[in-house]
Amino acid sequence: MELIFDKSCEGRGCSILPECDVPIVLPSDKDKRAKKLNLPELSENDLSRHYTELIKRTYGINDGFYPLGSCTMKYNPKINEDMANLPGFTKIHPLQPEYSVQGCLEVLQLAKGYLCEITGMDDMTFQPAAGAHGEFTGLLLIKAYHANRGDVKRTKIIIPDSAHGTNPASAAIAGFTVVSIPSRTDGCVDLEKLKEAVGEDTAGLMLTNPNTVGLFDKSIVEITKIVHESGGLTYYDGANLNAVMGIVRPGDMGFDVIHINLHKTFSTPHGGGGPGSGPVGCKKLLAEFLPAPTIKGTKVLSFEFNSKSIGRVKSFYGNFLVVVRALVYVLTLGKEGIPEASKNAVLNANYMMARLSDLYDMAYNETCMHEFVMSLEGLKKETGVCAMDIAKGLLDNGIHPPTMYFPMIVHEALMIEPTETESKETIDKAVEVFRALHTMAKENAEALLRAPISTPVRRLDEVGAARYPKLKYEYT
Amino acid sequence: MNFQEDVMYTESHEWIKFIDETTVLIGITDFAQHELGDLVFVNLPQIDDALTVGKTFADVESVKAVSDVFSPVSGIVCEVNQDLLDAPQMINEAPYLAWLIKVSNISEQKKMLNLEQYREFVAQESEK
Amino acid sequence: MGTYVSTTERETKEMLEVIGQKTVDGLFCHIPEEVKTKGDLNLPKGISELEVRKKMENLAAKNIMFSSIFRGAGAYNHYIPSIVKNVAAKEEFVTAYTPYQAEISQGILQSIFEYQTMICQLTGMDSSNASVYDGATAAAEAIAMCKERKREKAYISATAHPDVIATVKTYCFGNGIELILVPEKDGVTDEAFLNANLYKAAACLYIQQPNYYGIIENAALIGEAIHSVGGKYIIGANPISLGALKSPKEYGADIAVGEGQPLGLPLAFGGPYLGFMACVEAMTRKLPGRIVGETKDLDGKRAYVLTLQAREQHIRREKASSNICSNQALCALTAAVYMATMGSAGIYQVAIQSRSKAQYMADKLGEIGFDLVYNKEFFNEFVTTSPGSVKKALSTLESNGILGGFPLTGDKEGTILWCCTEMNSKDEIDQVIKILKEV
Repeated sequence: MELIFDKSCEGRGCSILPECDVPIVLPSDKDKRAKKLNLPELSENDLSRHYTELIKRTYGINDGFYPLGSCTMKYNPKINEDMANLPGFTKIHPLQPEYSVQGCLEVLQLAKGYLCEITGMDDMTFQPAAGAHGEFTGLLLIKAYHANRGDVKRTKIIIPDSAHGTNPASAAIAGFTVVSIPSRTDGCVDLEKLKEAVGEDTAGLMLTNPNTVGLFDKSIVEITKIVHESGGLTYYDGANLNAVMGIVRPGDMGFDVIHINLHKTFSTPHGGGGPGSGPVGCKKLLAEFLPAPTIKGTKVLSFEFNSKSIGRVKSFYGNFLVVVRALVYVLTLGKEGIPEASKNAVLNANYMMARLSDLYDMAYNETCMHEFVMSLEGLKKETGVCAMDIAKGLLDNGIHPPTMYFPMIVHEALMIEPTETESKETIDKAVEVFRALHTMAKENAEALLRAPISTPVRRLDEVGAARYPKLKYEYT
Repeated sequence: MNFQEDVMYTESHEWIKFIDETTVLIGITDFAQHELGDLVFVNLPQIDDALTVGKTFADVESVKAVSDVFSPVSGIVCEVNQDLLDAPQMINEAPYLAWLIKVSNISEQKKMLNLEQYREFVAQESEK
Repeated sequence: MGTYVSTTERETKEMLEVIGQKTVDGLFCHIPEEVKTKGDLNLPKGISELEVRKKMENLAAKNIMFSSIFRGAGAYNHYIPSIVKNVAAKEEFVTAYTPYQAEISQGILQSIFEYQTMICQLTGMDSSNASVYDGATAAAEAIAMCKERKREKAYISATAHPDVIATVKTYCFGNGIELILVPEKDGVTDEAFLNANLYKAAACLYIQQPNYYGIIENAALIGEAIHSVGGKYIIGANPISLGALKSPKEYGADIAVGEGQPLGLPLAFGGPYLGFMACVEAMTRKLPGRIVGETKDLDGKRAYVLTLQAREQHIRREKASSNICSNQALCALTAAVYMATMGSAGIYQVAIQSRSKAQYMADKLGEIGFDLVYNKEFFNEFVTTSPGSVKKALSTLESNGILGGFPLTGDKEGTILWCCTEMNSKDEIDQVIKILKEV
């Protein structure tokens, strides 16, 4: 497929602007751009066709099953898109006077109320633009809390080795030292190791529950208690919230601060990698440190700049249009639909796991939550076919592969999360494909090692791409 | 699996060649490069950097992983193998020729393995 | 209740049988009773799509849409061509995940490669990443890129956008970089202060071009200053201005970042926006976030793939220099379509028209007592005094459906930061003058 630059032709373009109706003023010579700016020159027709060609080589939730563990690829409702495109939202300048943005402020206030209720928190900020950004923000709240009490010894954050990479990375960026604790063989937190790790230098613990192997850690009350007793605070990574909405709330499990991924649990689309939104909720004890500005008021809403705030983590107020989509979703589902979503997410995952457990090795033989992990280590030893090969085989069958090689505590892992918006038929069809691939691994491993064969391009030279990075088109 | 005669080894799979009593070359072993797969980049220290025995001084990247390289000695970096920055695959192709750094002013060193001890260590590791 | 679940009661029964559980509640057996939520969540009942639409439209109607906008200060009202909105709304782009499975994601990957190319063209740089959250976080990430063992002091000009400075402060609080503010003098970076106070251990210097007050900084000279102490030069640029003004590369920058919202993204009450980051070849492996590279597949076909992943958090974990995971992919795509639609000629036009209309407005405002505060060349924003109350002037404009300039605060209280783009016609500008004359 040609690049847009290959299709460019000098002199072509789209007619978008009128002539300038005031005297032209050019920049002075010392600031005038000297180097030629090369951008594509295409007619609108060719431009439109180029992007149509590109979309034929993509795969979205709208194309089919997308069982990516830890990503919650649920259906993206169309009404969300329509509402996020209302001119009454898109045309609003972020620095308009407060009286003229009461609708926007109310969107944020409503969303805050509902999301705090779902998670058991007292206050929330929408400034963070993604989950990792939320983690960074939440950790800074913890840092500010201890600093405010004059407790400067607390420099460590405890994180289980099963955690997503953003957890330790965010802790490091927030200026903490990471203490990694090994998980038990059943994937849960090792309470003894936790007790050894906590102390006067513990700022907090970062955890997700259900954990990254899809299991609900039964000892959660004990875990948060151990950390609190040492004087630390508890952070909840909300990536797996889809398993427990309306069933149990992070705030009731003993968590002080959380982030939510609106682009996971709350149906906002992934957009090929963003924009997402990672609101951070917290209990009262951390509220005064939230990023500024926060929103106050009941009938008339306004911005408030708290002197103890940690400051800003980005410009303006967050990915507002993403919050609009999440609000529409919560309003649509309501008090009945929210728990229904989680219950069906867990039902679907257990069903799919049950239909595969006779062939594939499940990493844990327990009731799972919204996702489950299979290990292909055994299959690899037997046939040479590994998790990557099964994933590539799925591509040939029109199914997006599950998450591969995560979490790191399971070897040759495939993490599967069907979500609640998939029908039983879709799951049954996917199960058939997984079963067929397993058979293929046993009877014709060679073929799988060559997969995919029916995709527009086949296995790529990733080593070359990393050794000799070619990151842009070169104009001659 | 290749082993080299005239070097010492560590349990974290580095090889050390003594040029004289206080100067060494350090690289990673054939076992290490085999485990890592195709290397795409090497992050090396700078000349005059101080090394502490047991601490990491460099890392090597493959497409999907990063591995720390640990210093078996305390000393000062006096030379860095610039060729590896453009061609990290030299480590895969000839691990015992692709030295990462030369270290001088060696003060401490940790316990090293000789060829036989390392060969045995690797055999045990492979069985795990 | 609205629902996106298709499973019927009969199917639920069948599935439970296969699982070997009696009830769905039984699947939650691991959750201790003491923490389980009792009863319903305190949320309103779910509603139909029709009701949701009404409710949201009512909320939107509580906002005021101004017919003319003369306010910038970090968010710019440029014209968004219809094809840009059309392409960005295509479901395949909207509902796709991050392109980790390259074989079926060539469309996404190629669109990012094209975006990276265009950003490099605009900024003059060698490498670009696939975007970060916004211009402010891009600035913070750029400063983090420059941290070295013996260089931990970063300089930022006070003439950068306040939100950028605030965000950078927050990030530096976390990563231990000492941030030093270079004061403003007469609306621009105080060069004398810079020359007198730059430490040899400076990691970098960040300036905004044009700066927060719209003024074009003496960027080339400032770059020489930071380079003379071995530090890196970061320029936060307005991407539209790069159609006509010198690129960060031409001013000697090592890293170019900025707010990409002017490239086809709506004002949207502040987000989602777009942070672009580009740098010289030597710093490529320090760029945070996702990067797309060109390669071949095993049949020799040209293809695209996420590359240099060993920098990222999912591999380096606590040793990563950035924690970024999700970026602003769809916004980057939108910007790419905008840049392709406008082309270099179009972006040049947007830049020149914005500049020219701003000059026209500044001249006309000067005639009625709104004098320029700084006697320096500006791009499309400028600061004026106000002959009367700033509040009165702006609210009078607002009651006429016009959003006037941004009232500055602090030691700049009493002045207004105006902005013009190609969206402001001569008539609109004349109308503002007419209204303000009568105040």
